[in-house]
This record gives sequence, structure tokens and C-alpha cells, in this order.
Amino acid sequence: MTDLRPVVLATRDVKREFTLGAETVRAVRGISLDVREGEWVSLIGPSGCGKSTMLNLLGAIDRPSSGAVEIRGRDTATLSDQEATALRLREVGFVFQRFYLMPQLSAFENVELPMAEARVPTAERRTRVLELLDYVGLKARAQHRPSELSGGEQQRVAIARALSNKPAFLLADEPTGELDAATGAEVIKLLHRLNADGTTLVIVTHDASLARAGRRIVSLRDGQVVKDEAT
Amino acid sequence: MIIAMAARSLTRHRARTLLALAGIAISSAMLLDMVMMSSGMRVSFKQLLEAQGFQLRLSPRGTLPFDGEATLGGAAELVAALERDPDISTVAPVLGGSVHSPKGEGAVTAFGLGLAPQSQGDYNLLRGRNPRTPNEVVFNRAYLAATGRAIGDTITLAAGYDPQLRTFAGAQPFTIVGEASFTYLAADQSAAALPLATMQAMRGTDGRDRLTLVMLKLRDGRNPDSVGVRIAREQPRVSALSTQSAVKQAEERLGYFRQMALVLGSISLVVGFLLVSTIVTVSVNERLGEIAVLRAIGVGASRIAWQVMLEGLALALAGATLGLGLGLVTAQWLNSILTGFPSLPEHISFFVFEARDAFGALGLLVLTGFMAGAIPAWRAARLPIARTLRTEAVA
Repeated sequence: MTDLRPVVLATRDVKREFTLGAETVRAVRGISLDVREGEWVSLIGPSGCGKSTMLNLLGAIDRPSSGAVEIRGRDTATLSDQEATALRLREVGFVFQRFYLMPQLSAFENVELPMAEARVPTAERRTRVLELLDYVGLKARAQHRPSELSGGEQQRVAIARALSNKPAFLLADEPTGELDAATGAEVIKLLHRLNADGTTLVIVTHDASLARAGRRIVSLRDGQVVKDEAT
Repeated sequence: MIIAMAARSLTRHRARTLLALAGIAISSAMLLDMVMMSSGMRVSFKQLLEAQGFQLRLSPRGTLPFDGEATLGGAAELVAALERDPDISTVAPVLGGSVHSPKGEGAVTAFGLGLAPQSQGDYNLLRGRNPRTPNEVVFNRAYLAATGRAIGDTITLAAGYDPQLRTFAGAQPFTIVGEASFTYLAADQSAAALPLATMQAMRGTDGRDRLTLVMLKLRDGRNPDSVGVRIAREQPRVSALSTQSAVKQAEERLGYFRQMALVLGSISLVVGFLLVSTIVTVSVNERLGEIAVLRAIGVGASRIAWQVMLEGLALALAGATLGLGLGLVTAQWLNSILTGFPSLPEHISFFVFEARDAFGALGLLVLTGFMAGAIPAWRAARLPIARTLRTEAVA
């Protein structure tokens, strides 16, 4: 059956090479991939297979050596630094393994930050911050600093931050990697809810339970897709 | 939000920020003091000369006022000619010399000024009144204390004293009618002011019809230098010195003060620059991961650069504000030490606060601090996001 949902993220024979001294490392060796609206794609594979490099390329924080990465039809290779930054701000939501919340800001301010950068009116962004914190179950802890939150809570704030500008998709790099099993399961539950509510997810993980939670698993090895299957 | 983030970045390491602030404040204080000193003597000297409103000073040809023992002869004729001059509104003739008051086996000596009490510009009366008759005199506090006298007392004053023979020349009884502060004399220097004619008479042949100095006030709109040149041409025995020329001469003599102040002030600026630059660089290096994350989630490079530069600006601004207070206090303290040197006029200052110069210098320091944040800001803005995130994750 043909999937009629629009493609939000596409790669066309993407390659990424790094020069390390005299050696050239070919981290990604020609990957073509379409991610459609509402999909949950898990990128899995052994260490060094190119997962994180692929995630950086998908999130427009790195540029391919050849090939194309298109976010809602825009080729990231053609964008200036300023345009790529604006694209990340509005179309991409990042969730990192180590949460990377701003330690000097409260949970509220961390979620508010991308909206402030996008010049969302103050009243509107305050309402949305509270909605998002409520969504991830942390409304009561809005004024707490990251150091006053548990790992699971920090990751939920990071997810709320990633969603603040209503991005086209959410990219997560090992989102449960720093959490214990029980807390990780809570985060997986939250991601489930997000996806069920229509958020497109691309998740890099070693966590088998998280990978299986996705509806599509893309296996990488040596910078290439070796398997792309629906679960 | 960018301002809040900059402020909170600074308060994350309070002790470090406070130490840096202390350093910048000291640097600012030093800069302020150097600026105050570079212009202080000049401004203070100018204020001193202008205090009584006299714009021209006439002294014996080739000398500066009170620069030696030389006097001008034909005083009455000279004063009469000057009083007739249409450019001149006030003529204040002065004859200087020592006066001695017998005390015990010896004498108490003071600097005596014979002058015209109604036009004089050498002292400000603190108590009592000006001399009205030939045998009335005004003392300063130091001479009252040295002689143990008070206003209303009678005292003998002489223009000459031979300590070997213990004889006094030209001794006369005087009534002390006032206490005054002498503008051009040191506070601890004993001084007395008496009528010019009395002083001339007391000095005998040395003082008869002679003057040490004539101070002149000009009518509105007259150029002191032009009038001075004309008077010196008409009265070949005098040198005319305008306040402006005197200040210029003083400036030339005080040039090394200004050079020293310039060098030390520049060093303060460099130290301020290095302090701000170091603290902001350390702060940025500690936050590379955070900065990379901010860039990744869509915060612009220029916004990052502004935040870092704002941190430098905030440090410099706070340091300069603290430095302003510290600089004023240290300047006052240093001034009290320097003006305590003997023979300096009571009203001279080494450090003078001039708002435009002081705020200009501190503004320059703030600008320097802002610019000091530019290099770390540029680094932060150009951070390779993916590589930094990978490095930070490994770290």
C-alpha cells in the first residue's frame, strides 16, 4: 500500500567523509532514506557505524560531503549558516543523550528559550511552555533548575524544549542512554504518546526496547543501511 | 533572555567573578587616578590663579611673580598709570617680604604682604575685618598660633631682624584686626597682610616706592595676553604674565606628570582588557558543550557572540563603577599625602575630578572590556557544532 503521508525528511545518496591526519574516514557511505510525517524511525547499529553522524546530517548541524539532505524539501547543503540555524530552530527538535539543559536557567526558561529565539510573543510562549511542561508531567517543577531535577525529569524537560517551536520532526540521540531502566521506560512511554499525537521521531539508539518501540527500524553498518524494516 | 543568560553565566562562579571584578575595579581606580592626576595640577593651578579674578600679573622684567628678591621701583607712578589704563578695572599692588615679631629671646617670622586691602587678591578674610589704618594687620591661623595672639591683640612687627644682635629694624606696633586664609601660600606658612604703604615704610630704602608684584583685573572682553604685551611695551621694566600663559608654563613644567599618568593609565587599560578577556575566555571554554547545544537547537551565532560580549561588558561596567568609588577614595588619600609636602599652596590639588575626563576614561575602559569579549565571542560563535558535541559527549 502506498504511503501518502508527506516526506518531511529525505536523504539522497548521502556521504560524509572526515579527514583525520593522512587518513580519510568514510562515516556515511551513500544513504538514501525517506521519513514521512508521523513516522517513528529507529536508527540502530554498532558503535562507529555512522548513526550519530547521520543524526547530525539529518538535523542540519553538519553538511554531507556529497548527496543531499532535504528537510521539508529544502536541501541543507545550499543553506547559509544563518539559514541552517533558522531551519534547526523551526523545523528540528533535538534531544540529546546527556539532556544538555542550560544549567543557569529554570525548566520553564529552558523550554522557553527556543521560542524566545524564534521571537514568539511573550504571552503566547508562556502559555505554550506551561502546556508543554504539563504534557511531559513537569508543570509543578517549572521553576526548578536542572540541578534540582532527576535525570528522567531533565530528559522530559529536554523533550519539551525540543517540541517548543512545533518542529517538523524530533531527532533523539540515545534519549534513554543516561537513564536507569524504570526512568528510561517512562521516557519511552512519553515518546510513544508524542508519536501517537502526530510527532515524527527519528531516534538513534542502542536500547533494544526503545528501538522496538519504533514502527520502523533502520539498521546501519559501516556507514550504510543494511536493513530497513517495519516492526 | 540573552541578558538573563549572560548575567547568570557570570554568577555561576561567584568567587571567580568577584575576584575578576576586584581586579577590574583596581585597574579602573588606577586609570581614574591617573586621569585625575594628569589634569589635576593644571586645573588646580588654573583655579588657584583665577580664584580672585585677576587675569594679569606684572613683575620685575625677566622674573616670574615672587620668583626672587627683585622689586619694581617707581611704584606710585606705575600704579597711577595702570589705574588710568582703560583696559584695566582693578589694580592690586603687592610688596612682599619677611616680617618678624619679637617673642622671648628671639622672633617669630612670617611672610608679609604689603597690599591695598580694598583691591587685594591674596587672601580671603575668615574672621574680623580688613586693615583700615596704617597700623592694622591681618594674620593667618599659623601666625596667630605661632605668636599666641588673637584678633584685637596688639603686636610688634618689624621688617628686619638680626638674630646675632637681636635687633629689629622698622619695628612698629600693630593691632590684629582679622584672620585670613592666604590663597597662594601653604597652610602651615605663617603670613601677615598689612597696608602697602606701611610695608614700604617698614622696609626703609629697600621698600620705598617699590613693589614685588602688581595683579590686574581687566574690563570685560579684553584679551589678557594682548593687554599684557602692550603694558610690557609701555612699561619696559615689567614682565606681564597672563593666567593663561602661567598655566601654559606650568603645563610645560608638569609635562612629566602627564606622561607618567598616560603610561600608567594605558597600563591600566591593558590590564583591564586582559582581565576581562581572560575571565570571559575561561567562561566560554567551560561552556563549549552548552554553546554547541544552543547552536544546535537554533540559537544564532550572532546571539551567542552578543551574549559573550555582554558578559565582558557587564564585568567592565561593574568593575568601572566600583573603580569610580575606589579611585575617588584613593585619589583623596594620595592628595592628602602629596599636598602635605611643605611650601605647597594650601589650595593646590594633585588630583582633580573633572567629570568629562573621568567618565571618558571609564567609558574607554568599559569599551575595552566590551572589546575584550570579542575574541572569545568570535570563537564561541564559530564553534563547529557537531564536532564539539561529539567531543563534549566523550568528555
